[in-house]
Amino acid sequence: MTGPETDATRGGEGVVQPEAASLEEPAVTDSTGEPLELGEDILAVIGGPAADVREVVVEAADIHKFFGRNEVLKGVSMTVKRQEVVVVIGPSGSGKTTFIRCINHLEKIQRGRIMVNGHLIGYRETNGRLVEDKEKNIAQQRREIGMVFQRFNLFPHKTALENVIEAPVQVRGQKEAEAKAVGMALLTRVGLAQKADAYPAQLSGGQQQRVAIARALAMKPALMLFDEPTSALDPEMIGEVLEVMKELAREGMTMIVVSHEMGFAREVADRIVMMDDGLIVEEGTPEHFFTNPTHERTKSFLSKIL
Amino acid sequence: MAVVTRRSRAGRLPNPTPRSALVPIGASLVLAALVLAGCSGGQGGYQYNWDILWDSLFGLNQRIMAGLFLTVVISVISQVIGVVLGVFAAIGRLSRHRSLRSIAGVYIWIFRGTPLLVQLAFVFYGLGVAGIYKWPDLVFGPLTILGAVQAGIFTLGINEGAYMAEIVRAGIISIDPGQMEAAKSLGMTYGKAMRRIVLPQAARVIVPPLGNEFNNMLKTTSLLVIIAVPELFVTFENLNGSGPTSFHPIELFLAAAIWYLLLTTIWSFIQGIIERRLAKGAPGAAGAGPSFRERMFGLRSGGPEDVSLVSGGR
Repeated sequence: MTGPETDATRGGEGVVQPEAASLEEPAVTDSTGEPLELGEDILAVIGGPAADVREVVVEAADIHKFFGRNEVLKGVSMTVKRQEVVVVIGPSGSGKTTFIRCINHLEKIQRGRIMVNGHLIGYRETNGRLVEDKEKNIAQQRREIGMVFQRFNLFPHKTALENVIEAPVQVRGQKEAEAKAVGMALLTRVGLAQKADAYPAQLSGGQQQRVAIARALAMKPALMLFDEPTSALDPEMIGEVLEVMKELAREGMTMIVVSHEMGFAREVADRIVMMDDGLIVEEGTPEHFFTNPTHERTKSFLSKIL
Repeated sequence: MAVVTRRSRAGRLPNPTPRSALVPIGASLVLAALVLAGCSGGQGGYQYNWDILWDSLFGLNQRIMAGLFLTVVISVISQVIGVVLGVFAAIGRLSRHRSLRSIAGVYIWIFRGTPLLVQLAFVFYGLGVAGIYKWPDLVFGPLTILGAVQAGIFTLGINEGAYMAEIVRAGIISIDPGQMEAAKSLGMTYGKAMRRIVLPQAARVIVPPLGNEFNNMLKTTSLLVIIAVPELFVTFENLNGSGPTSFHPIELFLAAAIWYLLLTTIWSFIQGIIERRLAKGAPGAAGAGPSFRERMFGLRSGGPEDVSLVSGGR
């Protein structure tokens, strides 16, 4: 899926690209009204985008998921390669959020299998049958998968920096001083160095979401999942979050993004996937989606949101 | 930026005028004076001896001090046992495993459903007489722990656990499930997420009713009279029963009441400190939690509402 032209537009590792797009768009500001200053090389802080990551990061095959008797995923398959950015769109209830929640086993699946970076997620194979894995192993698998939630889900009793270092210290066993150094570097890169000691309640939605991204990155994930990361934000705060996500994409993070931000999709997606009624109905490059979508559902959906 | 400075100014309730704080204290003093004036006449053949009251309060009587000490020690240990059991029982009730849910459910059902007095008698006398466990005194060098004290702590703790279970459960389910999901997505196990993320937040919800429980516990220890634990109430009961202070129930039990009131008052003070410490990071946190004065007398100055700049979208 990653053609040569998409690679070129995203730039390779270490190549800093001039931002052509930002000349036309109004400057993105922080919610305090100050210009948003993002650091370059967010991923350099955590040792680059591709440390120890396989060529194929996600391999989901024939995923079926039921809530009670209601089948919400009816056989979804998807492959995501290293450094690929996939944007998943679709009407509400189409199963897109459920699908990415299956990828880090926040939801069980009833059929199919999901491999992330070579590990079977959530299950182990015993005599040809899939049995839910031990909690400890599932927790281990989730370390490689960063997730950013619609409602941020920052830990309100911890400061921004404490949020970021919690998992590296508690889960990876990193030394606190070391984790703090990395955490501060990450917060600086997402433009929040001065907010390190603020509690989530003292931050705007956009700032909270940027802390949440830093928190997920601190675990050095091979893959980042974004579950409608801007849907709960006031319009003026969407830009600052998308800007961080674009920077991550440029630097080569592998990402699956559930979002209706078509501007974002057009700019950074390698591939757009359209889901409807528990199935992938169409997938292709942004050009394909914006010029000649083939499926009727895609056409009517795009006509509503564009 | 403006948000932070505004919060810290608006977060604290305005200081009460000193005069308003004195009103309830003054009122109770006047009431006490009236009662004493009415009583000192000594009608009906009862001989008041107010020295007994003052001695019981300020005389550092060794038996009373020992009873007071025992009441506090039993309350604290029983409450700690109750909280620990309560946390486990609450997590059990919220478990996905049916067996854990039912074990926790039966425990809570039995210990909330039967009188504490019956439980005490059953555990100490019942188990003892049947020879299941005779509650022997435990001797650690100079320290002897009476069998009745052990039985009392055991029963109070288990009984309290059943009540705490419901309080802790309410605290846990008050926390957004997104918190557990976020913790799990960062690679935490359920236990670690509970300990590091959910329970610390639930504590804020749990502490006010926990304070109620401990206030109750301090007073409920007087039920240990049934198994003859020499705690505060039993000490006064004994002072009333024999010796130079025998048959002075007004003076003695008034003194006992004042001692209990002192204990619960000190606890209110401590609870306020705990609540303010737990308010960290919470909306309107700067001075959250009612002050000692507000807690004691239910007074709240009608100052401007704490401006909540933090919840909801701006």
